Amino acid sequence: MAEVTLKDVRKVYPGNVEAVKGISIEIPDGKLCVLVGPSGCGKSTLIRMIAGLESITSGTVSIGPKVVNQVEPADRDIAMVFQSYALYPHMSVYDNMAYGLKNRGTPKAEIDARVKEAARILAIESFLDRKPRQLSGGQRQRVAMGRAIVRKPQVFLFDEPLSNLDAKLRGQMRIEIKKLQQTLGVTSVYVTHDQVEAMTLADVLVVMNEGRAEQIDTPIAVYERPASTFVAGFIGSPAMNLMKAKSTGEAGLDLAGGGSVKLREMSTPEAGRDILLGVRPEHMSPAPETDADLLLDVSVIETLGADTLAHGHVAGGKPGGGELVVRLPGSTRVNVGDRLPLSIQPGMAHLFDASSGRRI
Amino acid sequence: MSPRVTFPNKVLPYLLLAPQLAITLVFFYWPASQALYQSMLREDPFGLSTKFVWFQNFAKVLRDPNYLNSLNVTLIFAVATAVISMGVALVLAVMADRVVRGRGVYRTLLIWPYAVAPAIAGMLWLFMFNPTMGSFAYILRATGYNWDPLLNGNQAMVLLVSAAAWKQISYNFLFFVAGLQAIPKSLIEAAAIDGAGPTKRFWTIVFPLLAPTTFFLLVINTVYAFFDTFGIVHAVTGGGPGKATETLVYKVYSDGFVNLILGDSAAQSVILMVIVIALTAVQFRYVERRVHYG
Repeated sequence: MAEVTLKDVRKVYPGNVEAVKGISIEIPDGKLCVLVGPSGCGKSTLIRMIAGLESITSGTVSIGPKVVNQVEPADRDIAMVFQSYALYPHMSVYDNMAYGLKNRGTPKAEIDARVKEAARILAIESFLDRKPRQLSGGQRQRVAMGRAIVRKPQVFLFDEPLSNLDAKLRGQMRIEIKKLQQTLGVTSVYVTHDQVEAMTLADVLVVMNEGRAEQIDTPIAVYERPASTFVAGFIGSPAMNLMKAKSTGEAGLDLAGGGSVKLREMSTPEAGRDILLGVRPEHMSPAPETDADLLLDVSVIETLGADTLAHGHVAGGKPGGGELVVRLPGSTRVNVGDRLPLSIQPGMAHLFDASSGRRI
Repeated sequence: MSPRVTFPNKVLPYLLLAPQLAITLVFFYWPASQALYQSMLREDPFGLSTKFVWFQNFAKVLRDPNYLNSLNVTLIFAVATAVISMGVALVLAVMADRVVRGRGVYRTLLIWPYAVAPAIAGMLWLFMFNPTMGSFAYILRATGYNWDPLLNGNQAMVLLVSAAAWKQISYNFLFFVAGLQAIPKSLIEAAAIDGAGPTKRFWTIVFPLLAPTTFFLLVINTVYAFFDTFGIVHAVTGGGPGKATETLVYKVYSDGFVNLILGDSAAQSVILMVIVIALTAVQFRYVERRVHYG
């Protein structure tokens, strides 16, 4: 077991393309760190640098007390689950799992015991003799996991392991990975572009954008206090509403799209400052018109059953300005064309600087 | 699978096939049937009368020690050529796969020899290793080695195999490069993480995954060595010295067109035809149920 420490890690590809622009993360022993971000944000490059599959341009990667920048992947004591699973197609499931142990000269009896144990944990005992092509996607995924856990490595690396599965299976495997990681207590790094996976799995959540870590925190802190408009828009579904506004001092905010909002249980920035007001769809609720912070003219309704999403724009605003979405309880009855009075739950508004996008 | 095209017109499909069928008939079935017919004929020494002798020509050919020698020579030649050309091509392909800068140039240069006609390839090697004027022959002799492929049958065979293999390397190289590129990079990376060094990765992952390519090339190279090397033999050794490099194809030529023993020559070519059909059948059987990995 070991902690993983990244210090100011950079990756510059030939042609001066900077894929990772200086990232420092500390992952405590036994914790699961999720790197999340849109494609091209450098998250895969970062995990491949931890694995040793990409060279590190500058900075250090340490596993335990040891800096592993110059250590071969084989000697880093890591195991990786690839997006494509990367199962050896000409070997049986058993041999796929035993390969890493054989290469390290583990005695045959121990290999057998460990492969069978891993197969039991993952419930793949019945197809140890099959070839990967005879397995379904979910089964292949399990074998890939099995290949990682038989080795009993210090660190697990997961590179989008669930993105080739269908939605239902993805949900199941997500829970299994979480369980497995907790029982085995192995420090893990997990790359995904799926924010649900990111939120549910992470002990440490790293939101990446254009080669930088926008925020490193626990999932709930990232959700509750997003450090930038990028994080605010990326984590949470539907995305947080962001509205251009100007502070009027004590009175609250004037929305650029028209209308105004009072802030409750929050300090208001100095008057005249351009800001972005962020409110999550689930943090607005219907209110009596007299208490309403804003009025929403409903234009589209999405009925999801448990919830109803109402899209529209702020009443009194210019058309096209101030688009909003609100999450309402499923029992709420609204119609297109309704004017819905809404209040922002106290303390649940987020303010960002209009030019830098950073949280105020 | 795309849906089958159906023709409402009954004649049109045959018309569309006709050109190809005509070519096959004129250039394969007709000559092949002629060879079959000729292989059962025997002519008197003056070519005045022809007798139908059933399979006597075959019996004679198969008992002829010269023919058996030729079979032996061909086997040695084919196996050596296939093994050397495939082995060298595989090494080159693996190395080319690692080249990052200038990989296009590197590959293009390696593919060039394939564009050289067999006879020309033979001449090139003959010029280089001819005992009287070849520069390499001079170097060899300067090192004290008694190089004379005009008198030494084994040396003639080495020269022949070199020329034939050299020409085929490019072709094999192309297929090996394509085969290597078809292996997902993540497999190699997974093996690296699994603690396999480069050599071990090659033998346990890369080589098994190249098996379909290798088998295909084995068949192609055997067929090449059996049948397409006439030009090289003719240019380099002419089957000599003695009959040390007389391959089956070359013997068909020399018996038929030099010695004018038409019946024997035709019988030999029929035997060759049977061999090539057998080899092709093996290949097709294999290609049909070719393993699709992944």
